Amino acid sequence: MAIDKTSQSMDSSILGHFGPYGGRFVPEALISALDQLNDAHISAQADPSFHAELTELHKTYSGRPSILTDAKRFSEHAGGARILLKREDLNHTGSHKINNVLGQALLTKRMGKSRIIAETGAGQHGVASATAAALFGLECVVYMGEADTKRQALNVARMKLLGATVVPVTQGSKTLKDAINEAMRDWVTNVEDTHYLLGTVAGPHPFPTMVRDFQRIIGVEAREQVLALTGKLPDAVLACVGGGSNAMGIFHPFIGDKAVRLIGLEAGGKGVESGFHAATISGGTPGVLHGTRSYVLQDKDGQTIESHSISAGLDYPGVGPEHAYLNDIGRAEYRPITDDQAMYAFSLLCKSEGIIPAIETAHALAGALEIGNELGKGATLLINLSGRGDKDVQTAAEYFGLPL
Amino acid sequence: MPTALEDLFTKTKAENRAVLIGFLPAGFPTQKESKAIIKAMIDGGVDAIEIGYPYSDPVMDGPVIQAASEQAIANGVGVDQVFDLLKTSVEYGVPSVVMSYWSPIEKYGAAKFAAAVSDAGGSGVVTPDLTIEESELWKSEASDKSINRIYVVAPSTSQERLPKVSSECSGFIYAASSMGVTGTRSRVSISAKSLVDRIRTTSKTPVAVGLGVSNKEQATEVASYADGVIVGSAFIKIIQEHGAGRSGLKKIKQLAAELSEGVRSAR
Repeated sequence: MAIDKTSQSMDSSILGHFGPYGGRFVPEALISALDQLNDAHISAQADPSFHAELTELHKTYSGRPSILTDAKRFSEHAGGARILLKREDLNHTGSHKINNVLGQALLTKRMGKSRIIAETGAGQHGVASATAAALFGLECVVYMGEADTKRQALNVARMKLLGATVVPVTQGSKTLKDAINEAMRDWVTNVEDTHYLLGTVAGPHPFPTMVRDFQRIIGVEAREQVLALTGKLPDAVLACVGGGSNAMGIFHPFIGDKAVRLIGLEAGGKGVESGFHAATISGGTPGVLHGTRSYVLQDKDGQTIESHSISAGLDYPGVGPEHAYLNDIGRAEYRPITDDQAMYAFSLLCKSEGIIPAIETAHALAGALEIGNELGKGATLLINLSGRGDKDVQTAAEYFGLPL
Repeated sequence: MPTALEDLFTKTKAENRAVLIGFLPAGFPTQKESKAIIKAMIDGGVDAIEIGYPYSDPVMDGPVIQAASEQAIANGVGVDQVFDLLKTSVEYGVPSVVMSYWSPIEKYGAAKFAAAVSDAGGSGVVTPDLTIEESELWKSEASDKSINRIYVVAPSTSQERLPKVSSECSGFIYAASSMGVTGTRSRVSISAKSLVDRIRTTSKTPVAVGLGVSNKEQATEVASYADGVIVGSAFIKIIQEHGAGRSGLKKIKQLAAELSEGVRSAR
């Protein structure tokens, strides 16, 4: 891997704080496991053999480096700005999720644990976790909201084919938020032999830092690829933000490049003003959820409010604490994209480039249309094409009224 | 000045017995009925009350308390009902504390929350997901209002970390009997006694054991080595099965009486 000059961590302390955000708000029972995980992560990061093993997996299993696509026909709709797509959709299992999962699966082995548990919303992280469990011979249990197991039946079948146990969660709103609660309860009970393979840059320290470290390869590669292709840095880097792992992965290596705008696109659902959305930074307030302090969708009593999005993967009422911090210091901007805007961009990419994106990713593409039109000709936008849309064919067909 | 809770532990120490603490989420199944349930617990012999602030994402709780909390939230229970019930419990004449996840406290404002507990006559707050590392603000606000800060210690808490947590506790130290969430269990884990023993080497603050205690036999066993026994899910289960009418309340009082006998016959 090329030497990366922008890898310095922004963490202000060993407790995993990003300004006032981050930290650990968890039952005491989990502290020793979080400490163990943090130690394993730090020692792995300093160990060349760990990096060699992970790089080999990237090269021979998941398919890295992912390519950069110059989306010329799509660009015509974006005010003539040049749109470059970082193709994480081409990874094994179909999204960026595999980057983090392979890293954490290696850490699980290093910690001597034999069982992984994971939460999943759309099923992408669950599928990636089940995949890594099969590859490494680990037992795998995936918690998934009962409502989501019905919406994403295909991914439930994929996980089962890969040998994982899928547990439908019937508590609360029966979605991703409750799947995380249930995974935490499993972890509290079985922490001795079990690693909680959290799928995003949220949760208690060290998850936000560690998951970012495993995802930042997206930005490291893309930065070199854009420089090689265009001879300069992009004007803006765009990514969709649910929990925020694909965005953190592509943003982080650009944080030191002050001239590069970092823009996160949140799920605006039916519009932030409607109350039916998952735009946590745009429409939420600082609070505590799932072990970390960040922006949260919550009511006046600190109770979590259910989120809404056409995209199951962005349908989450929290967001990674580092995003909250980047927002507050003005280093990154966050905008909501409505369901309709996202589906328009989804269709446009299908027809102009022959790429069916995940509906999550379509939010970033809609952002590209908006920002491209603001910046106009001569601007270059780097978009994280975080996942492919095979899993969304049914939802999209229903949205566009296609007979199935 | 010691809190009512601290006075209680002093008194029971002199009597050579453990304190029996009953837990109930505020507003379960309704606000009015939760008052009647607490009254029945106290009439049966519960020494102190822990009132749960029902929260949308209770990761430390098993299915019984989750369902009760969900029901209370659906009934519109919020901070006003929590403090109303706390006040009622104190008026019934027993030391009372609130158990709350951190999110509702932070949203309400730590200073305001501590003041409201103190104004209602409450003795302190149990914070199951507030780590000592994130406690700076709560420490100063709770000390300011002279209320107890009660943290949970787990069997997995390391020897090195144990004194750091136990030294932050006042009133009592909440020892989680086993690795897991709240709920009734067929037997109390053997890790409970060894955890209590470990805590005692680090602190003179009383130790109460929670998680999984549901009957007289278990209460007797735990009371033989701990300063307090906390029972929650077993009471809630009675209401879930029998309702909060006359027969449900009778069963609550009966269980409280059995548990109370247990803590008195342990040593």
